[in-house]
Amino acid sequence: MIPELGHFALVLALALALIQATVPVFGARRNDPLLMGVAGTTAVGQFCFVALSFAALVACYVQSDFSVLTVFENSHSAMPLVYKLTSTWGNHEGSMLLWVLILALFGAMVAVFGGNLPARLRANVLGVQSWIAVAFDLFILLTSNPFLRIADAPLEGRDLNPLLQDLGLAIHPPMLYLGYVGFSITFSFAIAALIDGRVDAAWARWVRPWALLAWTFLTLGIAMGSYWAYYTLGWGGWWFWDPVENASLMPWLAGTALLHSALVMEKRNALKVWTILLAILAFSLSLIGTFLVRSGVLTSVHAFASDPMRGIFILAILTLFIGGALALFAWRAPMLKQGGLFAPVSREGALVLNNLFLVTACATVFVGTLYPLALEALTGEKISVGAPFFNATFAPLFIPLMVAVPFGPLMAWKRGDLLGVAQRLLGAAAIALIGIAVTFAVEGGGPILVPFAIGLALYLLAGAATDLIERTGLLKVPVRTALARARGLPRSAWGTAFAHAGLAVTLLGIIGETQWGAERIAEVKPGQVLSIHRYDFHFDGMTNRQGPNYHELAARFTVRHAGDFIGVMEPSKRTFPSRGTDTSEAALMTRGFAQLYLSLGDPAPDGSIAVRLYYKPLVLLIWLGAVVMAMGGALSLSDRRLRIGAPMPARAKAALQPAE
Amino acid sequence: MTRRRRRLVLIGSALGVLAVAVALVLSALKDSIVFFNSPTDVVEKHVPPGSRIRLGGLVKPGSVVRGSDLAVRFDVTDGENTIPVAYQGLLPDLFREGQGVVTEGVVEPSGAFKADSVLAKHDENYMPKEVADALKRSGHWKEEYGQKVGSAPQGRTQ
Repeated sequence: MIPELGHFALVLALALALIQATVPVFGARRNDPLLMGVAGTTAVGQFCFVALSFAALVACYVQSDFSVLTVFENSHSAMPLVYKLTSTWGNHEGSMLLWVLILALFGAMVAVFGGNLPARLRANVLGVQSWIAVAFDLFILLTSNPFLRIADAPLEGRDLNPLLQDLGLAIHPPMLYLGYVGFSITFSFAIAALIDGRVDAAWARWVRPWALLAWTFLTLGIAMGSYWAYYTLGWGGWWFWDPVENASLMPWLAGTALLHSALVMEKRNALKVWTILLAILAFSLSLIGTFLVRSGVLTSVHAFASDPMRGIFILAILTLFIGGALALFAWRAPMLKQGGLFAPVSREGALVLNNLFLVTACATVFVGTLYPLALEALTGEKISVGAPFFNATFAPLFIPLMVAVPFGPLMAWKRGDLLGVAQRLLGAAAIALIGIAVTFAVEGGGPILVPFAIGLALYLLAGAATDLIERTGLLKVPVRTALARARGLPRSAWGTAFAHAGLAVTLLGIIGETQWGAERIAEVKPGQVLSIHRYDFHFDGMTNRQGPNYHELAARFTVRHAGDFIGVMEPSKRTFPSRGTDTSEAALMTRGFAQLYLSLGDPAPDGSIAVRLYYKPLVLLIWLGAVVMAMGGALSLSDRRLRIGAPMPARAKAALQPAE
Repeated sequence: MTRRRRRLVLIGSALGVLAVAVALVLSALKDSIVFFNSPTDVVEKHVPPGSRIRLGGLVKPGSVVRGSDLAVRFDVTDGENTIPVAYQGLLPDLFREGQGVVTEGVVEPSGAFKADSVLAKHDENYMPKEVADALKRSGHWKEEYGQKVGSAPQGRTQ
């Protein structure tokens, strides 16, 4: 009964989406307030029905209802409750339902918080949002129905892929989807503006909070995915330039560019056409990401099933939306009133430079990700484009960007003073130089790039602080006054500083992990000691344990640092009988920002076991930096001027609209 | 600055960055991509020694020999040709005889293959897509291989 209820709710959501996709847009053309008003009600209704449908699916998983095909294929009665819950989206069908749920959630949020949007814009935005919803509702119902039943219900399920039986799965996909799908709102705003043929600074003020919200979640989602890969895959890497990772990085880069260009549009009424294009691109890249991950063209942990029908369906959605949006853009954009031009040396100019580098870097990732697929489709030749390609293209483009980052916030609008800003950054440069000198002295030999990379990170960090120090007058006025001023600073200024500092923190982590980390692979017998970087690992022996749905062979290591006992690490190998699968569970020990990482290889008949041991200094900074960036996003979002749905000028207009 | 000159500066710098990016991409594509080959490809195409490739196929049953210090030797076959592979390090959890495998490394002058990374999938039925295609081409494909092509996550050791 419950699965049928969920299925039915989804069909009803599709029906509402069809109404929302047509009636308000038609109403906006006719300027009929009654028809336009339909959008808000249907958006909220659509969300309620999709939520009901999703809740029904969750209920099937929690009750281990194996008469439902996806539950049978991805769940097991012995699994802990939390994994039963998370396995709802640990498969193709369920994760697509989550995608649609978040899409409907954003639509409902625009309906609820967007009361002060001009009625036509609101109707068009919700209409466009619903076009996407119709496409993906149909996709689920026609090709990926999660509620399909099996005639003879099996007694036991096939279990969830053991790699996904992890708390990371509880958080990573919803976060990532909030980011990916969040860009659907900015996309809808862009299309609505093109349909209406009108775009102004107020449009940018409405779009920016949504972009910021999506960006913040996407940042956290990517970081979460990276950490998950780091500790579950058991080989210590945190970013592999895997197409699946690139699929999430591309919308992030485009979204970051969008945030910055929307700022120029809001403040200076320039870069209009470009901002609209970026809004379209950010969501297009999200769609391409969904296609890459969900269609089965790539084989990875994310490709749950490869039904060619699904790939073709998503490809059709992709072509329709990206092609349609770009065609509409080509047709309508020249009709938009151009914004003003500005001096190249100015904050606008700095933000354009930022956009230039971000978009170009995004393009190189795009080429590296799609070139192998295109080549295989055209010539049949199979290649792999890996880390060397991206290190040779992405990094050289990102370094000048990072040098330019601290200049942006210090530059004045309209007409900046490059030399003056450079002088104000002298302090930051001095800190960077000290950092370079110290690193060089400590390192002695080693790659010459390392001290400079450290210098760059310190310069970024100090540069982010410079803006705050100047605006509070920290070094010039009494501390009490500075503190009072700090409280008075707009939250968005803090947001900028945090986001830029987060970049520096991540960079520090990357340098530390790649340059100063150590790795050892060895075979050890009980009683033997392995050493790495002044840490000694005494192998005590192996034990067998029984988990809820697996057997575990755990190795016990006593860890000492410079002779002092600091703890015990127990990496293990798990066997999941329901799938006949083995996984390695790495053991991690955190020491400040560094981590010790231990994972097991194969046991040999003579009682010895192969182990892989890493010392990873500063590694936690990689993800901490992303958290700091996301905090910047949240701070900026909490700025009074930007709060969703509170732009002042709209209020007067909204009051004139007839009651809905 | 006139409107015209401002526009020129903007367009000029955009083209400049783009040109640099194109140059970087082209040079990286020339140097840092790796081609996938089946054992038959290696034999027929005469892949020159020293070039870096991915070699994929089945681990030949009975061919795995473990040496000291985590050294391991095995044969990769596609049914027609067989290439001996040497590797040192940890093997992925699902590296097994008779199963599909993808290795990355360098062809040596002797015709042997020295791998520095081995990829296998965390699933007993798994067959990497490249390997499946290569086996189909050489006519050594068996239907039971096909059950789970591309359905499982990827592990790797380096």
